[in-house]
Amino acid sequence: MSFIAVFIWSFVLWLVLTAGSKGLLWSPEELIAGLIFSGVIALTTKDIIGEKASRFLNPAKWVGFVIYAIGPLFWGMVKANLDVAYRVITGKIKPGIVRVPVELENDAQYTILSNSITLTPGTLTVDACPEEKALYVHWINVTEKEPESSEVIAGSFEKWARRLGR
Amino acid sequence: MIEWLIGIFLAIGVIFNLLASVGLLRFPDVYTRIHAATKCTTFGTIFIVLATVTYAIYSYFWVEKDPSWITIGIHSALVVIFLVLTNPVGAHALGRAARKSGILPHGAVIDELEGRL
Repeated sequence: MSFIAVFIWSFVLWLVLTAGSKGLLWSPEELIAGLIFSGVIALTTKDIIGEKASRFLNPAKWVGFVIYAIGPLFWGMVKANLDVAYRVITGKIKPGIVRVPVELENDAQYTILSNSITLTPGTLTVDACPEEKALYVHWINVTEKEPESSEVIAGSFEKWARRLGR
Repeated sequence: MIEWLIGIFLAIGVIFNLLASVGLLRFPDVYTRIHAATKCTTFGTIFIVLATVTYAIYSYFWVEKDPSWITIGIHSALVVIFLVLTNPVGAHALGRAARKSGILPHGAVIDELEGRL
């Protein structure tokens, strides 16, 4: 099953990278070469990717990822950059490392949430502890020293991460 | 018209990349500098690549029907995906390594990682 997941991912990447060799589409030689190369890659890396990766082959999840990237994540990045611009120019900072309790189940959700936190307003994930269900976040302007949930830090990102990484 | 759009994208990208460099000089310690360096460079580079993609699409449909324009557009768009996936991970690794080697955040009001790593 993990073989199929890796194979599909690497073949899709091959298709995207080689589009345009015959008009706008792919020439047959390139398709065959892509099948062979993706097969080799899938055979060699299927143990690294792991058994659970095939749940990301669900198309509903891809739509979710695209909506998340264009909507909340991009808007969060816009706000983050205006915030950093303000702090670079005025120099008003009040930094600190705070502990943020989160309610997530698996590693994929932790990855999504901590990457989103790093890219959005004034926060940087320094350490993630799945065993105690907490993230340690360097906050550039601490307004609440012991947050009850990730609401003040990340807004709605925890809900999105829980949904996307399931 | 299209020149204006591309110019605006390039201007936003260059301004934010410049801001990241100014942040590196102005902020006091390693963590706040990572803040400036990751967020602003990721965002600025997205806009520079967006300008490239706009130019490629425009050239394909209105200047010359050459598939290599589409290739340029797709490859640039892939750069954005890889950048957004890898840049925060690099920032996280840098910040964690700095904290582990005992560098305290400058002027911190609270430090929950004190004595934990």
